[in-house]
Amino acid sequence: MTRRRLSHEAGIFLVLIGIALAFEGLGWSVRGTSFLFSGQRLLVMVLQVSIIGLLAIGVTQVILTGGIDLSSGSVVALSAMIAASLAQAPTARAVFPLLTDLPVFVPVAAGLVTGALAGLVNGSLIAYTGIPPFIATLGMMVSARGLARYYTRGQPVSMLTERYTRIGEGAVPVFIFLVTAIIFHVLLRHTRYGKYTYALGANAQAARVSGIRVNRQLMFVYTIAGLLSGLGGVVTAARAASGQAGMGLSYELDAIAAAVIGGTSLSGGIGRITGTVIGTVILGIMTSGFTFIGFDAYIQDILKGGVIVTAVVADRYRHRGIQA
Amino acid sequence: MADLVEVDGVRKAFPGVVALDGVSMRVRPGTVHALIGENGAGKSTLMKIITGFFRPDAGRVTVRGRTAMIHQELNLFPSMTVAENIWLGREPLTRIGLVNHRALGRRTSDLLAGLKIDIHPDERIADLPIAGRQMVEIARAVSCESDVLIMDEPTSTLSEREVDQLFGIVADLKARGRAVIYITHKINEVFRIAGEVSVLRDGRMVGSDAVERLDRDRLITMMVGRELTQLFPKSNTPTDHVTLAVKNLSLTGTFSDVSFDVRKGEIFGIAGLVGSKRTEVAETIFGLRRPTSGTILIDGAPVDIDSPTMAIRKGLAFLTEDRKMGGLFLSLSVQDNMEVTALSGPFVSMGFVRQRMLYAACGAMADTLRVKTPDLFEPVRNLSGGNQQKVLVGRWLLTSPRILILDEPTRGIDVGAKADIHRLISGLAAEGAAVVMISSEMPEILGMSDRVMIMREGRTAGILDRRDANQVDLMRLAAH
Repeated sequence: MTRRRLSHEAGIFLVLIGIALAFEGLGWSVRGTSFLFSGQRLLVMVLQVSIIGLLAIGVTQVILTGGIDLSSGSVVALSAMIAASLAQAPTARAVFPLLTDLPVFVPVAAGLVTGALAGLVNGSLIAYTGIPPFIATLGMMVSARGLARYYTRGQPVSMLTERYTRIGEGAVPVFIFLVTAIIFHVLLRHTRYGKYTYALGANAQAARVSGIRVNRQLMFVYTIAGLLSGLGGVVTAARAASGQAGMGLSYELDAIAAAVIGGTSLSGGIGRITGTVIGTVILGIMTSGFTFIGFDAYIQDILKGGVIVTAVVADRYRHRGIQA
Repeated sequence: MADLVEVDGVRKAFPGVVALDGVSMRVRPGTVHALIGENGAGKSTLMKIITGFFRPDAGRVTVRGRTAMIHQELNLFPSMTVAENIWLGREPLTRIGLVNHRALGRRTSDLLAGLKIDIHPDERIADLPIAGRQMVEIARAVSCESDVLIMDEPTSTLSEREVDQLFGIVADLKARGRAVIYITHKINEVFRIAGEVSVLRDGRMVGSDAVERLDRDRLITMMVGRELTQLFPKSNTPTDHVTLAVKNLSLTGTFSDVSFDVRKGEIFGIAGLVGSKRTEVAETIFGLRRPTSGTILIDGAPVDIDSPTMAIRKGLAFLTEDRKMGGLFLSLSVQDNMEVTALSGPFVSMGFVRQRMLYAACGAMADTLRVKTPDLFEPVRNLSGGNQQKVLVGRWLLTSPRILILDEPTRGIDVGAKADIHRLISGLAAEGAAVVMISSEMPEILGMSDRVMIMREGRTAGILDRRDANQVDLMRLAAH
C-alpha cells in the first residue's frame, strides 16, 4: 500500500502547488501583490473550508465502503440548531428559557449526538433494508433539513454564550479540522476499524466470508460520518454565533468533491485522509484565489466545477499509466 | 493453405518485466492448437498481441482473417438477456433502426440449437449458473464466424457433460476449416482435442509440436522446467476422532438430507457435477446460509453457526470457489489481502493493529507458500491466478483453522502452483486438520481424498473409500 499510494498523494499535492502558483502569478499580474505570502489569507483559506473538511473526512470513509453520504450538509444544520438552542445566554427569548447558560460540553455533546444519531439511522437503513446509500442519505438530507426548520419553526437561534462561540473563533476551526484529520488518518491506517473499512469497500462479499460483520461495520462508518457532520454543525453554530436552518447548504457536495479530488475512488476501497485534506485545501485555495483576483462569484462557481472535473480526469490518467 | 496466424520473434516488455521474448508460433487452418504454460508464462499477453490489443515491441505478427476470444473471466452483462448479450452491438434492426426483437430471438435460438446448448434466449445472464454463462460466452464467440477462435481456459467452470458439448463444438469448427487456439492447464484436454501444442515458459516458447509426438510427463516437464515426481503427494493418515459431523443438513429448495463426517487428519472429497449444490452445502456449514434443518457438530458438540465470523471462531476456514467474487480484495495489496482474517487475537491490541508483527507473519506465510510477488505491498491484482490463490490460502492459514473447507482449490491455476497447494493440503491434514475438498477434477479428487462423497442434484449419491473409488464409479454416481 505505502509506496504506490504515496506517489499518488504526491500527484494531488503537485496539483495543489500548481493551482497555488497559478494564483500567485495571477496575483502579481492582476493585483500587483503576492497571493500566497499573507498569513492572514492562508488562514482564511483553510478556515472557510474547515467545516467542509470535517464532512469530507466522514464522507471519505463512507465512500471507501463503496457508499455515499448526501445528508452531511443538512445534518450540519440540524446539529447547529440543537447545539445553539442549548448554548444560549439567559435572555427572555431563549428556546429553552430554563436551559440557558449551560456548561459548554452540553451543547457540544448534544450536537455530536444529533449527528451520530442521524448517521446511525443512515447506516441502519443501508445495512438492514438493503436500499442504496444514495437513497437512504437523500432521505436523511431532506428530513434533517426539515427537522432543522421545524425545531424553531424557522426562527434562527442567537445570543449564544461566549464560552460556546469561542469554539468558532480565529484559528480554532482549523485546529479542530486538522486534529480530526490526524485522528482519522491513524484510525484508518492502523486499526481494525480502518482495515475492515477498506476491505468492505474493495469486496463486500469477500469481506463477509473473511469474517467481517459487514452490517455492523457499515453502521459504524455511517455513524462516524454523522458524528463528524455533527461536529461540523457545532463549529458552524459557534462561528456564526447562531443556529440557522439554512446552514451547511450543499456542503455535502463540496465534501464529496474534496474527497474525490483527493483521490478517493467512488467504487470503494481506494482513498486516504491525507488526499482528502489536500482536496479540501484545493477547494479553499480556489475560493480565496478567485476572490483575490476579483472574479465575479458566478464565474467562480463555473470555474470551480471545471477544476473539480479536471483534477479527477488528470488523476484517472495518471492511474491508468501505473496499472498498464 | 497459408497459416492463419504467424507470430515471429515477438518481444513484449512491461515496466520491470519481459512478458514475451523471441516468441514464434504458427497456427494452421482446420487445427486445434493448444497453448499451455504456467500462470505468468505469457499466454495471455501472446493472445492479446494476436488479437491486436497489444502491439509487440519487436517481431512480426500476421493474422489472416478475423479473431474472436473467449475470456477466462466472463465478460457478460448480468442484467441483460442471453440474446442481447450474444448480439450486443450487432443486433438485427427493423426498418426504422430499432432492435428487431423477434429476429434477435430467432437468431439466438438457431445459434444455440446448432450448438446443442439448452438455454432460453430470453433468460437473464444473472439467472444462469456459471457453467451456463460460460456456454453463452462460447456461443457468442462462435456467432462471430471468425477464422481464429481463442479459448482461454474454457472448461474451468464446466462440468463433464458441458465439456463434452464444448469439445463437440470445437471439433465442428475444426471440420469447417477454422483454427482454434486452446489455452489450458489441463494436460488431459490437450491429448483429447488438440492436434498441435505449444508450450510457453517464462515468456519463451519452450516447444511447439504435434501432440502425437509428446506424452503427458514430457509436457509437464516442459511447462514447469523441472521433473514433477508426484503430482498428488499423499502422506496423511486419518485418525478416529471425528472433528466435523454434518447430520441431515437441509436447505429447502437447494439440498436435502446431507450427512457426512470428517475425521481429524482426513481429506474428505466432495465430487459432483456443476449444479449438484456442493458449494451451497459448504456455504451453509460456514454460516453464509442458514439451514432449514439438520445439525452440525464439532468435536461431538452441536454448534449453531450463524455467520462466517462465528465459523472462524469455531476454527473453520473456507476457501471460496470464485477467487474474484468471494475472495480477493483486488484494489488492495498482498499484505492487506492476507491479513484480513488475522485482525483479531494477538495481532490486535485495543483495536490497534500490531503492524510489524503482522508483516512478519504474512511475510513468513508468503515464503512458506512460495508466493511469487516483488513484495507484500504489491497490488494483488498484479499477481498471477496461482499466486492469488496462494495469498487466499495464506489468509486462512493465518487463523490456524482446525477444519478447512476448500472449494475448487486449484481451479484455473498452473501445474506448479497446483502441486504446491496439493502438498500443502496434505501437510495440513497430516498435522491434524480436517479437510473438506470440493473439486470437479476427478484426478484431483481421487488422488487427494481419503474418502469421497458424491453429490447429485442436492443429495448425497454415495460415499466411497479411497480404495474403492475410481473415476468410472464416481462419474456413474454423479451423472446418474
